[in-house]
Amino acid sequence: MIEVRDLHKSFGDLEVLKGITTSIARGEVVVLIGASGSGKSTFLRCLNLLEIPQRGEITIDGQVVTSRRVDINRIRQEVGMVFQQFNLFPHKKALDNITLALLKVKKIKAKEARETGLELLAKVGLSDKANAYPRHLSGGQQQRVAIARALAMRPKVMLFDEPTSALDPEMIKEVLNVMKQLAADGMTMVVVSHEMGFAREAADRVIFLDEGIIVEEGSPEEIYTNAKVQRTKDFLSQIL
Amino acid sequence: MNLPDYSVVFDNWAFLMLGMQETLRISAFAVVIGFMIGSAVGLLRLSRVRVLRMAAGAYVEFIRGTPLLVQLYILYFGLPSIGIDLTARAAAIIGLSINSGAYVAEIVRAGIQSIDKGQTEAARSLGMSGHLAMIFVILPQAFRRIIPPLVNEFIILIKDSSLLSLIAITELMRAGQHIRSRTYQDFEIFTAIAILYFIVTFTLSNILGVLERRLQVSD
Ligand SMILES: Nc1ncnc2c1ncn2[C@@H]1O[C@H](COP(=O)(O)OP(=O)(O)O)[C@@H](O)[C@H]1O
Ligand SMILES: [Mg+2]
Repeated sequence: MIEVRDLHKSFGDLEVLKGITTSIARGEVVVLIGASGSGKSTFLRCLNLLEIPQRGEITIDGQVVTSRRVDINRIRQEVGMVFQQFNLFPHKKALDNITLALLKVKKIKAKEARETGLELLAKVGLSDKANAYPRHLSGGQQQRVAIARALAMRPKVMLFDEPTSALDPEMIKEVLNVMKQLAADGMTMVVVSHEMGFAREAADRVIFLDEGIIVEEGSPEEIYTNAKVQRTKDFLSQIL
Repeated sequence: MNLPDYSVVFDNWAFLMLGMQETLRISAFAVVIGFMIGSAVGLLRLSRVRVLRMAAGAYVEFIRGTPLLVQLYILYFGLPSIGIDLTARAAAIIGLSINSGAYVAEIVRAGIQSIDKGQTEAARSLGMSGHLAMIFVILPQAFRRIIPPLVNEFIILIKDSSLLSLIAITELMRAGQHIRSRTYQDFEIFTAIAILYFIVTFTLSNILGVLERRLQVSD
């Protein structure tokens, strides 16, 4: 589904990604862990071209997205992204957050977009919040609307950048539950998260990123309990 | 000290009101045109095209760095001397609009830039083009933030329009000067004019204050 080959990304003199190579299968759920500043967000943002890598190649569903000839806006429709800070549109009601891109990008009829929007709100358990503005929603509810918004474009892949780290503890679960459901439905997902419970339950693979390279990867069991590399062990001992 | 005698104001009320009308008429034109210029220039200042960005920047810097009175004199006295005749009204409206446009451009630019980068990223990650994101995500939010400084700018424009008295526009200020040159009752006339300006600007800031609150309730 996703092939990443020798991905390099620098900001000025700072090389953040130093040659990442990995592949992610259709329906696979990959959890990305690593210290702050290790390049997790940058990697994720390269996958939907919010950052343009200097070197290397990314292929999504057979299409080389790092090629200069691709239509970036088309690729991004196929790669949903969920942000740490939710980034809901504050001037739009929950339902309108979800339908905006359907209407303006996919040019779907209003009635149809509305139906899709309501369906997705139901899926994330927020049917009663269709007409609420984001500022009237809790963090957990906002993040669930943000997930629904990304799903509206029917993406082939969903990227999550620390989706629960801005949330109060009691709201983390409701968001993780939605993500687990999504994983169970067969969505291909790349998730930056240090929620080990989620990883153990939903992830097929955990990747440990350090200073811009993949240090170790394996099943949650292999990484969390039997890490082979010392750097992985050191990192895990810090977050556990 | 003599006690002020405001009968002079009421005796010349109709004339003052003519001046007031001219102030309001010219200001209204300049506010609208200035807003259009300012919106366009504000967006150009954020353009990806360097030349456009620089041209817009040069306009803003030059207008803000020179006195309005000098700008008006260039239009009204300067242009005719090289063979381009403008009526006083045309010079007044053009001058005020161009001047106000520069300040509005800065307000628009700052308003757009004040919107969190995450908003653009969220919109773009849904596949929206830069233009769609600007129109449907950034501008509606920026607009709400722009309203208070914009009101401020409109009020400044109305006050600045008193300078038009120096290029033969019989607006409120000049109407007052006419009356005073006949009556010599400077104190009564100019305090009355101050109050008239204040009534206009105070009303405006209240009307737009209500509008601002409405917009806030709806988001
Ligand atoms: N737009 C940017 N400009 C400059 N430096 C950046 C930018 N984005 C990220 N960085 C730097 O790249 C490094 C990796 O950042 P990031 O990918 O956000 O790490 P993580 O998500 O793992 O915490 C950090 O040192 C960060 O400061
Ligand atoms: Mg990050």
